[in-house]
Amino acid sequence: MDASNYLYISALLFTIGAVGVVVRRNAIVVFMCIELMLNAANLSFVTFSRINGNLDGQVMAFFTMVVAACEVVVGLAIIVTIYRSRRSASVDDASLLKR
Amino acid sequence: MQLALEVGQTAKPEAVMFWILGPMAVVAALGMLLVKKAVHSAILMAFVMVVLAIFYIAQDAVFLGIVQVVVYTGAVMMLFLFILMLVGVDTSDSLTETIAGLRPIAITAAVGFGGLMVALLGRATLGRQAVGLAQANTDGNVEGIAYALFSTYVFPFEVVSALLITAAMGAMVLAHSQRTTARPTQRQLSIDRFRGKSLGSAAGLPGPGVYARHNAVDVPALLPDGTPAPTSVNASLQARGDMLDYKSFDLAEVNTQIEEEK
Repeated sequence: MDASNYLYISALLFTIGAVGVVVRRNAIVVFMCIELMLNAANLSFVTFSRINGNLDGQVMAFFTMVVAACEVVVGLAIIVTIYRSRRSASVDDASLLKR
Repeated sequence: MQLALEVGQTAKPEAVMFWILGPMAVVAALGMLLVKKAVHSAILMAFVMVVLAIFYIAQDAVFLGIVQVVVYTGAVMMLFLFILMLVGVDTSDSLTETIAGLRPIAITAAVGFGGLMVALLGRATLGRQAVGLAQANTDGNVEGIAYALFSTYVFPFEVVSALLITAAMGAMVLAHSQRTTARPTQRQLSIDRFRGKSLGSAAGLPGPGVYARHNAVDVPALLPDGTPAPTSVNASLQARGDMLDYKSFDLAEVNTQIEEEK
């Protein structure tokens, strides 16, 4: 088995996450799919770190994790705020700008 | 620590682990898209994250593997579940598409994108000899990352700390809600009950039903005329669809027989 097999898994997970962002309607599930995409990118970083034999990729993955944690905190706060005003967590209901 | 025994070509145990856990992770990720309830999506997501942590550890990224378990499956997924309980319990996510033709387009684009990535990877890494992390991890993985983090990447590290503090502040500002009207006093509530449109709830709402064969909060009480009173069941139970039908606990036929014998 070659180390690049992890890259294929990473590409698949990223694609699945991207489909989830487009297809699912619940804002929280959409958010989890974004997390899945970030995780897939992290797996690529770690695998490239191993292939190239230095730790820079792992440091990048560490930074991605921190930024993802920030994004989750702010994003979930936004979802809670939208839910408070609209009583719905569906991404289709927040369409005031369209009308 | 050198977990992969051979450099470049990974060791046999790792290959076995990869071919067991890799397909499971992909299936779980697909399941995330297909299951209806958001809570099930969250559980599948947690599974994918644990599998990724195992992959990290198998690839000599021990520190990242532990951080993945602690931060993602520990903190982030718990936050997701917490918000789901707060927000999503009574919002059922319908799988019907609201924009016509979105799903076929999305799936076609995904197959194209995924195929492109896989084809690209297959060509790009062909014949490339992987170096492995044996040399980079000679002082230990944590020490190696710490050295990179506090020398080369010290400025990004400080910027990220500022980002974390800003995010915490932002979450507090967003989640804080200020009352726009004064909280109603007991006197005001009492006046509203008796001088409102109907006196139906003047004595408070009825409690849930008590039946010979069932005694729980999820069955509505019966009014004197025999009709069920849905207001007697908690609103969030109704929203979840957990309210039971009183008819399954009705003892009507038993009652009439006793009456006729007399």
